[in-house]
Amino acid sequence: MQTLNFQQLWRYQDQLIDGTLHTLLLTLVAAAIGTAIGVAAAAAVRSGPRPVRWAIRGYVELIRNTPSLIQLFVVFFVLPGFGLRMGAFEAASIALGLYFGAYCTEIVRAGLDAIPGSQVEAGQCLGLTRWQVFRHIVLPPALRSVYPAFTSQFVLLLLGTSLASQISAEELFHTGGFIETRTYRSFEVYAVICGIYFALVMTFKLLFAAVGHLAFRWPVRR
Amino acid sequence: MRSFSLGDLLSLLGALQWTAVLVLIALGFGAPLALLLALMRTSASRALRWTATAFLQLVQGVPLLGLLMFFYFGMPVFLGIEMPPLVAVGIAMTVYTASFLGEIWRGGIEAVKHEQWEAAACLGLSTWHQFRYVIAPQAFRMALPPTVGFLVQLIKGTSLASIVGFVELARAGQLVSAATFQPLLVYSIVAAIYFAACLPLTLWARSLEVRLNGAR
Repeated sequence: MQTLNFQQLWRYQDQLIDGTLHTLLLTLVAAAIGTAIGVAAAAAVRSGPRPVRWAIRGYVELIRNTPSLIQLFVVFFVLPGFGLRMGAFEAASIALGLYFGAYCTEIVRAGLDAIPGSQVEAGQCLGLTRWQVFRHIVLPPALRSVYPAFTSQFVLLLLGTSLASQISAEELFHTGGFIETRTYRSFEVYAVICGIYFALVMTFKLLFAAVGHLAFRWPVRR
Repeated sequence: MRSFSLGDLLSLLGALQWTAVLVLIALGFGAPLALLLALMRTSASRALRWTATAFLQLVQGVPLLGLLMFFYFGMPVFLGIEMPPLVAVGIAMTVYTASFLGEIWRGGIEAVKHEQWEAAACLGLSTWHQFRYVIAPQAFRMALPPTVGFLVQLIKGTSLASIVGFVELARAGQLVSAATFQPLLVYSIVAAIYFAACLPLTLWARSLEVRLNGAR
């Protein structure tokens, strides 16, 4: 039985911190891209012309039924073919953004569907403008119904960014590989990496729970 | 260098059977564990609930890739023996499946009204019989659509086994891609194969959801 030795890893704490920050950056960039796609696509599915709706359905099903890892490979190898030279980190942001966008489309669509049409009509009867109806009647309950699914998808995205290491984007898991090749303490390295991911996930879960508690405290009538 | 041929396509399809093997291992070992976790999470004992919750939080708070590496490199450390990748991957996928299915099934069990337990108890059924004959059939109906949905996640998740060198569909894709220098073509085909395997399950899950919701 090997003995565990975590001591050698201390020297690499700067790299570990840097990797963690890059993982956070990648998560946030992909989440921003994905949320933008999700909101736009969900709006287009509701009111766009039929070809657009079909295209969006195709995109959502394509992304949701193929592995994220393969999507990363395809984006990484496709983009240069169109003359777009970009680094692994940028390619990973785009691939993970497209991935998050597909799930986000479904989440936002479900949130909008959850609002009864009669509520919108009631708002119109009160003489509210289209924007006022959206801002005061549609948006608050839609945000609340979307929030749990969105935040858990965000956590899955955070964990999923680890796949970007496979196209050598420099994030936390890639840092793990770097340290492994220098110390040969494979198990210790990945145990520490897992510990960092766990700490990140727990932080976000607590944060989301606190924000949800504060932001959506108005009572629900069933 | 050679170009992509029919033989390559066949080797990709052949690798699909190893993807299937991983899925079956994960389900075969993961499902009983998931049932145990779901029962622990819904049990009256606080110690059992907390143990199961801690396990779930831990597994779901770590990337699947991290779980794979943990068991792949951890086996020699803990057991002192080298393990073939299949064992490490199998254990990681089992743990992953157990944690997600366990949560889905817990949701199904909790969705059955508490009066059902009480009514079954009044009929003089033992706790196990209450679960087996009264709760489980109802919970099964509610949990079936998300369970089928999780199968899609599981099939996609097995692609990570490629990273520790286990030759399933994704790894076969990497090998063919390296041999032919046509990554775009090869990965598109690999994606198409995954898509063909997952889409029917997705559609099935959706139709189940509509059907079972309508029946309620």
